[in-house]
Amino acid sequence: MISLGKCATGAAVAALGCVLLVGTSAAADAPAGDVAAGKEIAMDRTKGNCIACHMIPGGQSPGTIGPALVAIQARYPSFDKLRVQIHDPTVANPMSAMPPFGRNRLLTEKELDDVTAYMWSL
Amino acid sequence: MNKTLAIVMAIGLALGAAGALQATPQEDQATFQNYFIKRFPNVPKDDFINGAYALDPVGRENWEAIEEFPPYETAVSNGEKMWGTPFANGKTYADCFPDGPGIAARYPHWDKEKGMVVTLTMDLNKCREANGEKPLKPETGPMAELNAYIALESRGQVRNVEIPEDDPRALAAYEKGREFYFTRRGQFNFSCVTCHGANSGNQLRSEILSPAFGHTTHWPVYRSKWGEIGGLHRRYKGCNEQVRAKAFEADGEEYRNLEFFMTFMDSGLPLNGPGARK
Repeated sequence: MISLGKCATGAAVAALGCVLLVGTSAAADAPAGDVAAGKEIAMDRTKGNCIACHMIPGGQSPGTIGPALVAIQARYPSFDKLRVQIHDPTVANPMSAMPPFGRNRLLTEKELDDVTAYMWSL
Repeated sequence: MNKTLAIVMAIGLALGAAGALQATPQEDQATFQNYFIKRFPNVPKDDFINGAYALDPVGRENWEAIEEFPPYETAVSNGEKMWGTPFANGKTYADCFPDGPGIAARYPHWDKEKGMVVTLTMDLNKCREANGEKPLKPETGPMAELNAYIALESRGQVRNVEIPEDDPRALAAYEKGREFYFTRRGQFNFSCVTCHGANSGNQLRSEILSPAFGHTTHWPVYRSKWGEIGGLHRRYKGCNEQVRAKAFEADGEEYRNLEFFMTFMDSGLPLNGPGARK
């Protein structure tokens, strides 16, 4: 229900994300972000730059530092847990090499929603 | 492998804990060197001086082709000219360094009188000032060129950094350097060891992360990214800025102590400066 609210107020690109979302995860714990915008953030060197460390399906020259970003819904119990992991990976593992994208404000809250939605779609 | 990793991490973790938990520098050094030797069993110990090129045959081939016409050659010949050109008072660097120019393996070292780590660039600047010349910026330009000549003349020397046991301030400086190495900093929350310890050999996009072991042997470096020669402290600054942390002063206390720790970890390796890197 929350995601539908976001869809209604989102831009045209966001609608794409909603369609995907309905198709892949109609469960109660549904993403709040924009999948297409999240993909851009994940690939952008100046933003998430997830590709620098993680293999992402369709991404060019991925790094090998983190695990491949595939079958995410099989690996995370909920969208919110995944969002926490991106927000601050040191919560789950203090030795994690991954930057705390939310805690250190590398991404805005909206960008975190979007990139989490994209990851949840993988 | 996991066990050795845990030990290396333990060095980092112990920093926040009581001093009693800390290992001696010699124990640190053995843990550190063995970690990388076990992590990369196909790399002969002395080949760690070649950084990522010790791990990547394709990268090594390209680098060896570059080394046939070394990009640091101009810097070396400029540095050689500097070494031989008298100051306004008629004296030269050789008057300050009678054993020179092949003196790189003596640096950095603990100076008991000053109570601090002294770098080669500090002593070169001290020599300039003693002869009425202005000091040079330590990490770039003519000073880096002078260092390139000295490095070339010092190739093959084995550096064994000493932490004098009769001066507790030397051990304190080493420990500060070690703490710097393992402290996470900047918006990215990276420590030096985040990338160059357990992730060495992994790829950051298409770049192979070099092992920490051997990082100090080949300075100064002609870096293609810079388009010129630069010193170790210039690289430190760049690393700090890349993780979006504050860079410190070249030859300032933080980087002097960091160099002391890192060169101690690299003790026993032959020097191979100046270097060429991407």
